Amino acid sequence: MSTVPNGLRYAKSHEWLKRENEGTVAIGITDYAQNSLGDITYVQTPKVGTKLAVGDVFGVVESVKAASDLYAPIAGTVVAVNTALEQTPETVNREPYEAGWMIRVKPDAPAAIDGMMDAESYSKLLV
Amino acid sequence: MSVRPPCWGAMEKLKRTPLYDFHVARGGRLVDFAGWEMPVQYRSILEEHKAVRRTAGLFDVSHMGEVDVTGPGALDFLNRLVTNNVEKLFPGRVLYSPMCLPTGGVVDDLLVYRRAPETYFLCINAGNIAKDLAWMHAQAKGFDVTVTDRSDDYALLAVQGPVAASIVQSLTGAVLERVKYYHFVEGSVAGVQCLISRTGYTGEDGFELYHATGDSVTLANALVEAGSGRGLELAGLGARDSLRLEAGYPLYGHELSSEISPLAAGLGWTVKLEKSADFVGREALRAEKASGGTQIVVFFRTGDRRIARAESPVVDSAGEQVGRVLSGTLSPLLNEAIGSALVPTAAAAQPLWVDVRGTKLALFVVKPPFVELKKRS
Repeated sequence: MSTVPNGLRYAKSHEWLKRENEGTVAIGITDYAQNSLGDITYVQTPKVGTKLAVGDVFGVVESVKAASDLYAPIAGTVVAVNTALEQTPETVNREPYEAGWMIRVKPDAPAAIDGMMDAESYSKLLV
Repeated sequence: MSVRPPCWGAMEKLKRTPLYDFHVARGGRLVDFAGWEMPVQYRSILEEHKAVRRTAGLFDVSHMGEVDVTGPGALDFLNRLVTNNVEKLFPGRVLYSPMCLPTGGVVDDLLVYRRAPETYFLCINAGNIAKDLAWMHAQAKGFDVTVTDRSDDYALLAVQGPVAASIVQSLTGAVLERVKYYHFVEGSVAGVQCLISRTGYTGEDGFELYHATGDSVTLANALVEAGSGRGLELAGLGARDSLRLEAGYPLYGHELSSEISPLAAGLGWTVKLEKSADFVGREALRAEKASGGTQIVVFFRTGDRRIARAESPVVDSAGEQVGRVLSGTLSPLLNEAIGSALVPTAAAAQPLWVDVRGTKLALFVVKPPFVELKKRS
């Protein structure tokens, strides 16, 4: 029922990761996550330059129902944040994988991405 | 992020309204509310909220309780039971009132309808049905009155918003123009016998339609069809809560409780200390009014989008916690967080902050409503 695009990597905590040409990765939350949250009202993102370890809380996503921490799926440095989400956090509901991206990260160890779940494995979690 | 999976096991014990299948078929997201399986939203809490303010929303509130109060002693009984003045009611009129403990704390807040000289009808909160009935039966001793729980016999649909009247009017021969706010008529809507009440919990014009549970599906389908060209949207309890908070209306268990009196909650207008009948809680409320009370409910906005959720600490300029948030949400019309908080009376005029996940946001105290209400007066 929820969309799980091929080609992305996934964390058990419902973040997705997309490899970009410049060697960076984009990170956001999955369709399953945005649907569970309901209307997203606020997204708190870190400052550019923040260094993250795997599992670090890099921000918070808030909905009318509840606030939920966002967990870094890999270690790296934040190189960009999606500032458009300040004005229109509901973009995460509408386009969780595209315009709803949250942060871009330069990974410390790109090989670590290969250890993450692919679409098929993540889909199995949702059943 | 963390996502709580649905607890299907627990859901099996929940009560369902006659519209359960209707909700499921239309994408209602069902949650446990006071032991009932109710739709918190269909499409989006914020979109449903905006629809009610712009056109209209249809709410299933059949979980609410209904009580018949009849007999020669009904008026005297009710006037002792509630703080507002029931003597004002003539058949066709509705009264909103808290029902208090001897301490002045609140048992429940409710609507009182007078259907005939000795026939009254009450609408009470879903979560308080058993408690209210036990309390009423105990208070009825010595009065020539019969109190009967009718909650299982009645369903309730609310149509709320600027076009609600035109939608309901298209389905009834009753002349709704003549039904003023907080008044009602008994009539037929889409062929279904209803108590048609010009009341609601959103601050908009609208109607609440009390009807027999067996007629609910017919009535709901007729309202959806009549509303389809007029912008009627199905709306869930999530939108109902954000709408009532924007309107500055109290919710039992939050702004009113056994610990929070109607005076503390800003409902002094419902406490008729000088009415001819002595009522439960009068002495305590008289004393509280004279002393100014120790605590007060304030409504606030923050100028920020982060929601100040219930139980969040409210702190003073020294950073000391002086109170707590009672209700909090995002106002889709103001685009900022709004809410209510319980603070010491003395602190209400001082600068206050709410602690939202470690960040202190200034509270701007607001006399509700937060938005201009268009309910018909």
